[in-house]
Amino acid sequence: MSDETNKNMSKEALWGGGRSPFGVTYGKMMMWFFLVSDALTFGGLLVAYGFSRASSTEPWPIAEQVFRALPGLDGEYPLIYVALMTFILIISSVTMVLAVEAGHRNDRSSVLKWMGLTIIGGAFFLGSQAWEWSHFIHGGGGGFLLEHPVTVEGDDGITYQMQAGDVVYMDHHFGHLMEQHLNGNAQVVLEAGHGHVSLTDHSDHGHVVELHELTINKYVAGETHVEGFKMYELWESRSDSYTFGANLEESEYAQQQAFSDFFFFITGFHGFHVFSGVVINIIIFFMVLKGVMDKRGHYEMVEKVGLYWHFVDLVWVFVFTFFYLI
Amino acid sequence: MERDDLIVNDSYALNAHHDDAHGKILRKKVYFVTILLSLITAVEVAMGVMFKRGDTFTWTAIKWTFVALTLVKAGYIVMSFMHLGDEQKNLRNAVVAPYVVFILYLTYIALTEGFANMAIDNLMH
Repeated sequence: MSDETNKNMSKEALWGGGRSPFGVTYGKMMMWFFLVSDALTFGGLLVAYGFSRASSTEPWPIAEQVFRALPGLDGEYPLIYVALMTFILIISSVTMVLAVEAGHRNDRSSVLKWMGLTIIGGAFFLGSQAWEWSHFIHGGGGGFLLEHPVTVEGDDGITYQMQAGDVVYMDHHFGHLMEQHLNGNAQVVLEAGHGHVSLTDHSDHGHVVELHELTINKYVAGETHVEGFKMYELWESRSDSYTFGANLEESEYAQQQAFSDFFFFITGFHGFHVFSGVVINIIIFFMVLKGVMDKRGHYEMVEKVGLYWHFVDLVWVFVFTFFYLI
Repeated sequence: MERDDLIVNDSYALNAHHDDAHGKILRKKVYFVTILLSLITAVEVAMGVMFKRGDTFTWTAIKWTFVALTLVKAGYIVMSFMHLGDEQKNLRNAVVAPYVVFILYLTYIALTEGFANMAIDNLMH
């Protein structure tokens, strides 16, 4: 419609000023252009991630194997937690659309209801991300580097060869036993049986922890007995090349640092956008509550913060695919 | 023809009003997009959990399916939730065109250079 209109206008009308070439207000147009530039930043980050991953000569961690924990539950649930976060963000995006729609009908109480729900959704997402970060930073049980090559016999009866320099991962149970050992009241013994490995904690009345519960189920030392103390020594002597979880200098998840750095930067930068979106939403919520929008006669401010909020959801859709799925 | 684009008292914002009946239609569309986005996400998660990663043809096909599904999701978010589909064509183009051109170029150049070491590896073997 507008294109036809343009054809019928004189040059003075087209270029004489006093009109918007896009048929939107200045504020909304500038929000769009800001979002384009912000999207370029995120696009650049994800492309940089792809570049690092493609050019990395070290093995790259599989994200769904790294992020597979759920709060308060043992076991492995690959992708489920991230999918939950995605769902929370999509739903908060929906409540935002409904707030914008209610704004177009000047329905103040509906705007407040939907914006309130949007803020709650955003807060839930931030909380989920805080948990995920905490879990990523503290890590599972960590692991240790093997000093000597070791023949490994798993529960499935298949023999594996592990080379010196391979990392053996542990989970919480093992880390916990190691801590007890540090306190001097536990003796941890690794025994190699017939395709069966068990870990005995003598401090707990000989309670046997089946090793197949642990990430190191495929580990049997070359000797039939490896005392926990020895393992501890190995652990201790390698503490410089060994870590629980991840930080900006080292990581249990990979030999290279790029993976955790990109995790911190991309999800951190996105999380900061969510945080600022929640803050702006709260400000506009109170403006609506005080009746500022009714005085103006329109709810365009809700529409503008809505654009920003949807953008945050949009970015997460791409982060979800390119960081977690692929 | 009557000019519909003059700014009088912030009239663009004022023009965005609609009545309850129209609102009902809009809300219906929103619920449809919600269900669609949730379903696509569920399918993506199921595919990610079910299929093993590797240098197989299946996994490559799945990766491209992920990319395609993501673009569908992004399209619905931008065109429907952000109402870009309802804006004038020139605003739509001013937002989408530069982005698509730039990101395609960046992706192409980064991935080409990123896999360069593998190409050198192949040459040496």
